[in-house]
Amino acid sequence: MDLQDRLTSGDSRALARFLTLAENNDPEAARIIKELYSRTGNAYVIGVTGPPGAGKSTLTDKLTKKLRQKGKTVGIIAVDPTSPFTGGALLGDRIRMQDLFTDPGVFIRSMGTRGHLGGLSRATQSAVKAMDIFGKDFIFIETVGVGQSEVDIVKTADTVVMVMVPGLGDDIQAIKAGIMEIGDVFAINKSDRDGADKTKIELEMMLDFSEKKDWRPPIHNVVATTDAGVEELLECIFKHRDYLMDSGEFKKRRYRNTREELINLVKERVLELILKDTGREYNIDDLVSRVLSKQIDIYSAAEEVLGKISG
Amino acid sequence: MDRPIRVLVAKPGLDGHDRGAKVIARALRDAGMEVIYTGLRQTPEQIVEAAIQEDVDVVAMSILSGAHNHLFPKVVSLLREKGADDILVVGGGVIPDDDIPGLKEAGIAEIFTPGTPTSKAIEFIKANIKRLA
Ligand SMILES: Nc1nc2c(ncn2[C@@H]2O[C@H](COP(=O)(O)OP(=O)(O)OP(=O)(O)O)[C@@H](O)[C@H]2O)c(=O)[nH]1
Ligand SMILES: [Mg+2]
Repeated sequence: MDLQDRLTSGDSRALARFLTLAENNDPEAARIIKELYSRTGNAYVIGVTGPPGAGKSTLTDKLTKKLRQKGKTVGIIAVDPTSPFTGGALLGDRIRMQDLFTDPGVFIRSMGTRGHLGGLSRATQSAVKAMDIFGKDFIFIETVGVGQSEVDIVKTADTVVMVMVPGLGDDIQAIKAGIMEIGDVFAINKSDRDGADKTKIELEMMLDFSEKKDWRPPIHNVVATTDAGVEELLECIFKHRDYLMDSGEFKKRRYRNTREELINLVKERVLELILKDTGREYNIDDLVSRVLSKQIDIYSAAEEVLGKISG
Repeated sequence: MDRPIRVLVAKPGLDGHDRGAKVIARALRDAGMEVIYTGLRQTPEQIVEAAIQEDVDVVAMSILSGAHNHLFPKVVSLLREKGADDILVVGGGVIPDDDIPGLKEAGIAEIFTPGTPTSKAIEFIKANIKRLA
């Protein structure tokens, strides 16, 4: 059996190998997705984001267990930063998910960002598709911590859970603009610590001040380590899903996300054409030299490149 | 871009601290590898499932508790059972010299005892991964 057939027949080694191809930007990964594209779009995708150490992995572990109790299968994509200097990465999210390793209904993949900005890895979207084709009912994506603009997650997930911790205080103010727009559901984790109620009130106040929308993100106190409040948090996620479905917002989101993804794919390919294609009549480095020596201005140089690739 | 070597660093057995495993995990990361660190007290079954899902090139295990003669070969045989014998397995920790030949016989590619510079392990991994980049 080839990889494609093994993937659709539920062979987890095939899924693992596919994800490696996707991460390495191997054309075979795109070929397989092309073949199986009609099978995508069924899984519900939940983004889990928030500051470093807020408890994203622990919470993902607990939410997954709840879903497993309900008979649902789960895929988890956990992204951690790659060092821009060495290309290496320490991917530590699995430490909090040990009980899930041997559950045949759960598949976990750790990924380094490998130079991609925006809080996810370049391969995250193909990984979601592969897990979806594989038959997972729910897919969690754990982003790298806040601070590195995690804009990607909004374009990839159906529901974004923003994980906060008590006592962020001024930090909340500082990142407010970012977080208020990103979260569909807020979890104040580590609510066994002082200040959990105060943080909830502060967040509620910020929501009061932000632009009114049909969906007001619920804010929920949880303790991921003891499982307290996790069932209710999952209910909040389901409620958000119901809202998306009933309001027609779900279709709008998927339309917006697909549009983004399509434009990004085209951008990537165009960039490849510019930087990699050697068979063309121009060379990007020659152009740069000509710009520097004022033989040509930079705008005309850009037009020359565009003229060549669209010709 | 070259694809990075992926390594699962695991700590099987019951011993309670993972300083050694963390040191090697960081050294491998600094050598440009993607290191999946899974934490303490892993069973061989957990290690093998994680290695398969993460599609790693290498499983590096560290152990202090003395259960290496049982746990290391168990991981190798489970990997073989799953058809994942193209994964390189190396071990480290407090391991008596007398035990090393038996472990190698069982399929552990190399054993690094305390005091081995991490650069040795890095070189060994780079030279011996079975899957071609
Ligand atoms: N007191 C307390 N500690 C918690 C809670 N949830 C998680 N922790 C601890 O917080 C630490 C970080 O948890 P993780 O789940 O690894 O956090 P994370 O957000 O995934 O971390 P990164 O992926 O590194 O950004 C661990 O030591 C957890 O045990 C909680 O509800 N209460
Ligand atoms: Mg984490």
